[in-house]
Parts: sequence; C-alpha cells; structure tokens
Amino acid sequence: MIDSIRGENLLSLDDLSKDAIVEVLDTAESFVEVNRRAIKKVPALKGRVVASLFFEESTRTRLSFETAAKRLSADVLSLAVASSSVKKGESLRDTIATIDALGIDAVVMRHQSSGAAQQVSRYVPHVRVINAGDGLHQHPTQGLLDVFTVRQVLSERRGTSGPESGAELFEGLRVVIVGDIRHSRVARSDIAAYVALGASVRVAAPATLLPEDIASWPVSVADDFDEALAWADVVGLLRLQKERGSGSFVPSLAEFTSTYGLTLERARRLSPSTLIMHPGPMNRGVEIDSRVADLPAAFITRQVANGVPIRMAVLYLCLAATPKETGA
Amino acid sequence: MNLLVRHGLLVGEGTEFVGDVLVREGRIADVGERLEGPAGVHEIDATGCWVGPGFVDLHTHLREPGREEAETIESGARAAAVGGYTAVVAMPNTEPALDNVALVSYVLERGRHCLVDVAVAGAITQGRRGELLAPLAQMAELGVRIFTDDGVGVQDPSLLRRALEYAAPLRVRLAQHCEDERLAAGGSMNEGLLSSRLGLVGRPALAEELMVQRDIELVRLTGGALHFMHLSTGRSLMMVERARLDGLAVSAEVAPHHFTLDESACAGYDPLFKVHPPLRAASDVAAVRAALLNGPVDAVATDHAPHAPELKDLVFDEAPAGMLGLEEAASLTYEALGAEGASPQRFFELMSRGPARIAQLRAGDVRIGLSAHGGHLTPGEDANLVIFDPGARWSVERESRQSRSTNTPYDGRAMVGRVRSTLVRGRLVVDGDGPVQ
Repeated sequence: MIDSIRGENLLSLDDLSKDAIVEVLDTAESFVEVNRRAIKKVPALKGRVVASLFFEESTRTRLSFETAAKRLSADVLSLAVASSSVKKGESLRDTIATIDALGIDAVVMRHQSSGAAQQVSRYVPHVRVINAGDGLHQHPTQGLLDVFTVRQVLSERRGTSGPESGAELFEGLRVVIVGDIRHSRVARSDIAAYVALGASVRVAAPATLLPEDIASWPVSVADDFDEALAWADVVGLLRLQKERGSGSFVPSLAEFTSTYGLTLERARRLSPSTLIMHPGPMNRGVEIDSRVADLPAAFITRQVANGVPIRMAVLYLCLAATPKETGA
Repeated sequence: MNLLVRHGLLVGEGTEFVGDVLVREGRIADVGERLEGPAGVHEIDATGCWVGPGFVDLHTHLREPGREEAETIESGARAAAVGGYTAVVAMPNTEPALDNVALVSYVLERGRHCLVDVAVAGAITQGRRGELLAPLAQMAELGVRIFTDDGVGVQDPSLLRRALEYAAPLRVRLAQHCEDERLAAGGSMNEGLLSSRLGLVGRPALAEELMVQRDIELVRLTGGALHFMHLSTGRSLMMVERARLDGLAVSAEVAPHHFTLDESACAGYDPLFKVHPPLRAASDVAAVRAALLNGPVDAVATDHAPHAPELKDLVFDEAPAGMLGLEEAASLTYEALGAEGASPQRFFELMSRGPARIAQLRAGDVRIGLSAHGGHLTPGEDANLVIFDPGARWSVERESRQSRSTNTPYDGRAMVGRVRSTLVRGRLVVDGDGPVQ
C-alpha cells in the first residue's frame, strides 16, 4: 500500500491507500480555484519537462493532461507516437530512450497494451511515469477524477467543502458500475478508488462482459439491473466498444441497450439524488440515452472539467514534492 | 581419441555402479569397476558425478533459416552441448518453415558440422498453415521421424485425422502443440485471477486441455501415434495417463519452465516470462512436477526459444512468446526430481532414453547420418555421454551463455547440479566451463 504518491510513479490505483487518494483530491481542490482565475497559471512546475506520449490516440485525455501541465508552468513535449512505429520495429525501450535523451522529468503515457507504463518505469527509473491508460489494465487519473467529482457534488449538497469532508462521504456510498467491466481500465481504476474510500460497489453487466475472476473482486454482482439502479447513489456507466456488440460478447448493441443501457425509462425511475457518471466518449443511444446524458443528474461535463485539476494534482505531487528528486 | 572416464556413477538402464568407461574411436570400448587404460589415454576423473547417455532434446528452436540473429544451428548446438545434450530435434517453425526436402536437407547438412547431432522435425502442413499436408513421406526418407506444426497445433480436426492416418505406415510420429487458437485468441498469459487484474487477455488451460482430449480421440479413431508437446496442466497429464491405460500410442513431454515457474512471474509485465502454453497457476506447476516423478511423462523437452533482445523489449502482449532452456534444463530437472534425493534412473529416462525413443535415435532405430543416443552404457555403443555433477552449485548469468540470445527467465537463479562434460561420438566437446576449442 502506498500512502502518498509524492515522488512516486502513478501506474495503478490498486495499491493506493485511502490517505493517498484523499491527498490527491485535496490537492486538486486547491487547483480548482486556479482554473477560475483570469490568469490560469501557477509556477509550481516551472522549468520541469513533462512528456506526453500517446501510443493510442486520445484527444480528451491528452488535452486534459497537457492543459494541466501548462497551468503548472511545466514545459510540455508532446509526442504522438503512432502505434505503427512500434510495428515498424522500434521497441518501447528505444522510443522511451529517445524521449528521455531530450531531458524530461515526467512522462504521461497512454498505450494500448496493459503494463506498458510499468515496463517504461523500469527503463527510466529516474523519470516519473504517469499512466494515462494502459490496455485493459488501469486509467488512474480517470478513477481519481470520478471520485473527485462525486465528493465535490455531494459536499456541495451538504454545504461543506470537499477537503472538510475528507473521505467521510464515501462511507457506505452505494455505487453501481454498469457495462463492459471485462475490457474496461476505467472500471478497474474506479472500483479501486471507490473501495479504498469506503464505498460499496456493485457491478452490472451481461455475464460475458464480466471478468472471469469477478468473484475475487471487492464488489458484488447485481442480479437485477433495475433493482441495482434503485439501490444506487451513483451510477457509473462505461463506454461499450462497438465491436463488442457484433455478436462476439453480446448479440447486438440493441440488445445491450435494452438490458443494460441507461434508457430514459430507467433514468426516470432513479432517485432524484442519484448521480449519473460517464467517462466519455459516450455512445449516445447505446449505453446511455441521449436525453439522459443531458439531465441535471448527469455530471459528465463536470467530470471532464475536473480532469484538469486532478491531473494538475497528480503532476504536482509526483513531481514538485519529490523526495526522490535528489536520489534520481 | 581415446578417453577414460574414471570413478563415476555409471547409469545404464536399470543399472548403477561406480566404475570406469573407456571410449575408443567414437564408441564405448569397455565398462568396468576398474579399467586399465592404454598408454597415454586422456583420463577424466568423474568422482562424485553421474555418467550416463547424453541428453536428447525433443524440442529445440534453432531459428535457422530466417532468424539467425537470434540463433543459428551452430550456436544452438553449442548451447545444447553445454547443457549436456548430444542430440537435439530442430523445430520446423523457421522462416521459411521446414516443410520440404530442400529445407530439411539444408538443416541436416548444417547440423553435420556442429557439436551435437541435429535431427529435424518436419512440418505437418505446408508452411505450417494448417491447410494442406506437407510431403511427409519424402521428408521421412531423409530421416525425419517427428512432424509438427509447433508454434501452433493443427487446428482442423479433419486435417489432423488425415495426417495421423497418412503418417502411420511411415513409422513416424506426429507431435502437437496443443492450444485451441480460438480459445486462446489474443491471449498472452495464463487466464485466471492474475491475468484479469493485470488486464492481460488470458490463454485458458482449457484451450490446451480441449485439444489434448480431441487429439486423444483422433488417435483412438485412427490408431496413429501422437506426441504431446510441452503439456502444462494437471488435467492434460491426467488425460494422457488414461489414454495410455487404454493402450493408445501417445507420449508426452514437459518443459522445465512449466515445472519451475508459475504465472506470478508475469506480474511485472516482463516479456521474458511470456511463453506458449503460458506459465500456469501454482497448482498446475505442482501437478507437472508430480508427474515428472512418476506420471505419464516420457521426456523433459526444453522448448528452447531464442529471441533477439529488441523483440523482448516490446510490450507484453506484442512480444513474441518463448524462452531459452538448453543450458539450464538438466539442473532444473535434477532440482525438480528432488536434488539430493533424485533418482539417477528417472533423471536419465527423462533427459535421454525417453526422448531418444520418441525421436527414434536409439541403437536399434533406422537413423540416417545420426549416431545412436539414449543407450545403456555397454561396449559397442556410440559414445554419446554426459558427465553430470549433482553436487555442483552455480547461478545463471544472463550474459554468459552459448546461445546467441539472452532471453532466459532464470537470470540470477541459484542452481543445483551441473553438466561437467559432454562427449559426442567419443569426442569431448564440453569440459568444465565450456566448449572445448
């Protein structure tokens, strides 16, 4: 268990303690204010170099990370590495060595293969590695911004601030995560974060979209999706990759929508206080009805907005407050 | 060259005694408790060592032609000699695949100039594509006795049925890499709790077991002979055991990594530990280990699979599968058999006699250009011998090896027992620390 990500890599949320997560959330809260200023910039990472290395295209996450780095005054090296360059023969080790040679302090990395960020962290031990999504494995900052958003909304409703409430709001919080759990790095990170903070998590999906070892996860499996929705304080939807619906995992997208989609009808039966979340990009009409996505109970754009302060907090903690700095 | 090996524990089939072996003109000239060597004979003191028939590897990827940067026939044979092998069977998944007379002849010819005997396994199907039979009879005439599409198994059951029927009168044996590629599709490690946590797609044990079961039934139907390569699960071995009780002509090998390492080695996403079939759950590792002692295992086979370093620097799911094995297999087998408690009989059965029987490399077999292996240590036999020191302690060093590649999963591992010398056709090719120049 890691109790603070200060000076550490952020590869997975699996091994973060409650304290470590709360520290990120509290730090992010202090950066929210920066994003409201006319001059949206602080000098925290002035002179530091952050490389963003995306082997898999992701405009949203990349933009969010790069914005976060720039608001902390870091220099950003942005490299779009088409995954085909690896296929052409360049190994992951060579790619990272090339970027390291330019002089970097941190690398924010997205890769289609699980474990790629961990492999890179072995190649460049002196560079902080922040996983921006690896294969089916983890998407740590998405998990963090999701719990950040939940804490923010719930503390606003109570009239307190996030940092005042710590992790208290998560005690017994009922979270349902729906959809393609098996292939989702977001689900793995979300579940780790919610469970570490004390929430109770149920997953709901067709059996083919649950991982084989779901019984060993710290969650329960919903027998009845509608009943789980009635139980939920938070409903987290996942993107269904279209190719999963071509008969390989579920018979059709339409069947998935009718059995596990958040249709307007189902949304109407939710308690008015239930939060609806989606990590984006959405397949409107598949896992979420288009009208549901625009309800006031849906916090999807808030999630996107919160991506920046969360990623500022992660970069700041991993880099600025670096006890490892001298040892590197 | 004459050699006198003194004071070793001489391990023949069913016999063990401390004594001397005199080697003359490539053959065992005499065996006895105390021999007088001719004047000027080179003597090797084998006190405390086991002396037995040289090892035979049924499963060696020599990579030539096509991937010479990873291994050549010559470098692979050198690694084999250091590992105590006097013969290896070269796998046909080269580029191009060994699926015709010209390519098989090429490898056999290159093998003639190497430190150990190089036998060849031919492909069952043209280009190993699993569609059309390769010319099995023509390759058999060159001395090929094993056919396999290794790397993958023959997926189409009707094609394997036909191959078994066709091969039976040729007195050759088909060998299968058992994994149903549909069930294993996209997988890079054993399917289970760990693969799910790591977000890696799994290759389920079922993919192997289903194909073992299917192939056993095809053997029952056709009356053919089939060798199961690198079995990695307890259930696979159990099915083979039952098939044998039914009198079917099935044999099985296991690989050192499957009885030494389990799936937890993959937790750091290091492609050195990626192999097909994958490293399994600890319970399967224990089952394979148990079968090594007294189960339906005919041979330890290395599945020595060299890969150039840049390929093992890829991400886990894109990196090629396979690991080295020739230079560590004997020590790992000795360790798995119980080290000090290991039976010399079982050790030489698994490392030498069993595989030599399957490869048809023994004295009574029809061999072409290859000497006899897996013998009894009696006068007149080809002197393919190994001297194994069960008391030696050493540790694996990744950079110091005979193979051209360094993708060993055992770097830094403490080992018990070591090959001291290897004699091929009476010639001392390895003595002490390495090949004899």
